[in-house]
This record gives sequence, C-alpha cells and structure tokens, in this order.
Amino acid sequence: MTGDKILQIRDLRVSFDTPSGIADAVDGVSFDVRRGESFGIVGQSGSGKTLTALSILKLITPPGRIVSGSAVFNGEDLMAADEDSLRRTRGAGISMVFQEPATAFNPVFTVGYQVAEAVRAHQAVDGRKAKDIALEFLKRVHIAEALKVYHDYPHQLSGGTKQRAMIAMALVNSPELLILDEPTTALDVTIQAQILDLLEEIRKEARLSILFISHDFGVISRMCDRVAVMHKGRIVETGATKDVLSSPEEDYTLELLESVRALG
Amino acid sequence: MNMLECRNISKSFPIKRGYLQEEAGSLKALDGVSLSIGKGEVFGLVGESGCGKTTLGKVVLGILPPDGGTVELAAKRTQVVFQDPFNSLDPRMRVSDILAEGLALQGASGGAIRKKLDDITDLIRLPKSALTKYPHQFSGGERQRIAIGRAVLTDPEFIVCDEPVSSLDVTIQLQILRLLKDVRERFGMTYLFISHDLRVIRFMCDRVAVMRGGRIVEEGPAARVYSNPSDPYTRQLLSSILEVRPKT
Repeated sequence: MTGDKILQIRDLRVSFDTPSGIADAVDGVSFDVRRGESFGIVGQSGSGKTLTALSILKLITPPGRIVSGSAVFNGEDLMAADEDSLRRTRGAGISMVFQEPATAFNPVFTVGYQVAEAVRAHQAVDGRKAKDIALEFLKRVHIAEALKVYHDYPHQLSGGTKQRAMIAMALVNSPELLILDEPTTALDVTIQAQILDLLEEIRKEARLSILFISHDFGVISRMCDRVAVMHKGRIVETGATKDVLSSPEEDYTLELLESVRALG
Repeated sequence: MNMLECRNISKSFPIKRGYLQEEAGSLKALDGVSLSIGKGEVFGLVGESGCGKTTLGKVVLGILPPDGGTVELAAKRTQVVFQDPFNSLDPRMRVSDILAEGLALQGASGGAIRKKLDDITDLIRLPKSALTKYPHQFSGGERQRIAIGRAVLTDPEFIVCDEPVSSLDVTIQLQILRLLKDVRERFGMTYLFISHDLRVIRFMCDRVAVMRGGRIVEEGPAARVYSNPSDPYTRQLLSSILEVRPKT
C-alpha cells in the first residue's frame, strides 16, 4: 500500500567536531519514505547524503555524531532504540548496500560464508540451512555460477558480481526497506545498467521500499518515484521525480539538472 | 598531414603469479590498434575500465614503448591532463612552481615566466593569490584547473586528456569541460580525449573511437557513431546511457 510511511526522518542533525569548531554536515533534514516506493536523495559530494543514510541505522562514528532528530521506522524511533533493538533492525528490517563492493566484503572470508553469516545473524537456522538460503539468494540475483561464487573470495569476483552478491546479502533476511548508497557508481556503464535492472526486478518481487542515494540524476530519474535534492547538509527540494525534473523550484536543482543536460 | 598516425599497435603486460612472481602469461592491453587524428581535432577514445584506452594514451605520448606497430606524432610539444588532480600535483610545490616547472625546462627567463603565470591565472579563472598556495588548499575542480594551466603553459600542439573530469561533481565537470573547449579554441591544439563517459565524449569530440578488449571496435564522426552505431558493443554502450527523464 503506497501512502503509508515506512520511514519518517525529522530534523536530523549530524555534526563533526573539528579543530576549528563544529561542522553541521547534516543540518535539519526531514523526509518520508512511503511503503513500496523508491525514494531518492541526490546531491554532490559533501552534501550529506551518505551521512543521512548512515544515521538512519546509527552507523555514524566519531568525530561525527548525531546531534538531534528522529528516524521512525515502522513506528519505532531508531534514534531512541537500544543496541539490541538496533541490531535486530539492521539487516533484517532495514538493510544497506554500499558503493564500493570491493571494500564492503571482508577479504579473508569466502563470499558464501559472509552471506550465510548474515542469514545466521537473524535466523535460527543451522549451518547447512544457512548455506542453502545463501545459495538461493545468490541465484536470485542471477549469479550464473552461484555455487562457485559461494566458495570464491571477494577478490576473485568482478565488480558487478561482487555487487550482486552484496545485494543478495542485503536481501537474505527479507528486509522491508533497502538503503542503496551509490550502488552502481563504482561500476562500468553496461554493468550499471544490469544492476539497475536487477534492483527494479527485486523491488517488484519483494515489494521493497527503497531509499536510493546517488550523485547521478540519470540513475535517480530511472529508479525513483520521488526525490529529495540535498545541498550543503539540507534538503532544498522534495517532490515527485517527474515534477522535480520538469519544473524544479530551487535554483540549485536547476543548476544540477542543467549541468547534466548540457552533456546531453 | 595528420597530427597522429598509429599503425597496428600492440602492447602486452606480463601476468605474474606466486611468491617468485613467475610469468604466468600475458595480457594483451592493445591488440592491433590503428588510428589517425587530424590537426586541431578533438578525438575521443571511449570504453569501459580495462579496455586499453589509458595504455594507448601512454603509448602515443611515448611514456610506454609499444611491443609492435608505429606511432608518428607531428607535435614537437605534447602534454597530458590526468584523471586525479589529487595525485598529479606535487603536494610540496607551490602552484607557481608547479606551473613554472615546464617553462623553466624550456629555458624561459624569469621575467617571461612571471608574465605567463599572470596570464594563465586569468585563463584558468583562479585569483593571483592562488600562485603562492599549495595544492591541498584547493578543491578538486580548482586543482584540475591548475593541471590544465600547467599543460597549456608550455604551448603544446597535442594534449592527451585522460579522464580529466571523472573524479569531479557534475556541475564542476561542466566547468572543466568548457574550460578545455575554450583553451582549444584559443590555441588550436589537438586533443586525444579519453573517457569512459559517453556523454562527456559526445560533448567534447569531433570524432570518436570505441575500444573494447584492446581493440577499436568502431570509429567515426561523433555525430554518426552516436546516431547510427554499427557495432553491437557500441549499441550496448549507448543504450546504457541514463537520460535524465522520469521513469516510465
């Protein structure tokens, strides 16, 4: 059902303590992700979009800190939640796919081991069952030789296959919300197109809600129903993607769009 | 006569394995590449990572010797602008020294150098005060302006631009591409413009070659290649361009 809100962010502030004072990297951000929609945050480097995503799961590390704000996921404010509750939510309720598949995996364990580990972190299953589930999801993301990839180490896989495996790992615990932080930025364009197709397919199958972070208006316009434009720690404009693209209200949005469109 | 004539260039790199780094085979980075670039042309080389486009740029500049084939370059002075303005500027040198180094090597006098540095800051739209600063005091876009300034100062006839905007935000990309266009119109040099980004290539180039697996799979006027690609790989690349429009 669209319209019901799966995630509500209100007045989120993230600051960094620096030698020359406090820097507000995220400066009072509010937005909603509706159930079943794909919501995009677009902005340039340093705009605070990744920090916004990380704050939702309270993954901000010092010298950064969440100063204030709430992140209500399915009725629970994650900012007020204790570690146990957060651990249950991370990976199961909300899971995340990062930009760099090369560094998101631990290089000393096989890919399959790590995907199965994610299964066992949230489900009471034995090793054999966890492996079955992991393999099933590796197949679901269309990895051709799933069994071989299961036993491979991350460095043995191409960037595209690694990102597929990352997506499999994000899906094994049937999350309701998937946060994608520049999931295709490190990939070649033809591979990017394949991964975006895969994400669309999964979103329809699993009825996922998606928060999609990207610097690329092309990717956002292809993937998102609604979009927020971030600039210097603030959301300057939010709306249906088609409206923002056809009649942006803010000068900054216009500047971004013109930069992209000038290139064709 | 053309600015550049490459005939049947090949280049392999050894693949080494194990503790003793024994040669286990070789990787063909360039596999019989021929191309010619006319004087004053902006020639685009587009392809995905690992296709050999940077290797070709290095062979053309004489930084890497080819295993086979010939390179004839009509330019006496060549220059290069690299992808990463964080690694391509010496962090211990002031901007004025970075810019002046090439001129000094050409034997220019102190007075001539000062005059040229003054002019170049206008061209790359940095304040005069930039000259006394160090690279870390600048943003990525500003550093790339400095790198372009350094390249232009020695009055090159041919510049290899190797992914010059790949590490920059889109708004900054456009500024840098416009600067590169301005510079070329003013001084009339020839560019070999290397990029993985088909939009950037379309914006910049007169002619384009599409590379894959060390070979050129298609070459022609940019307008023709983009509107009527003949090679299936080119078509696949073009269909991967994400236009900014609402999804259907």
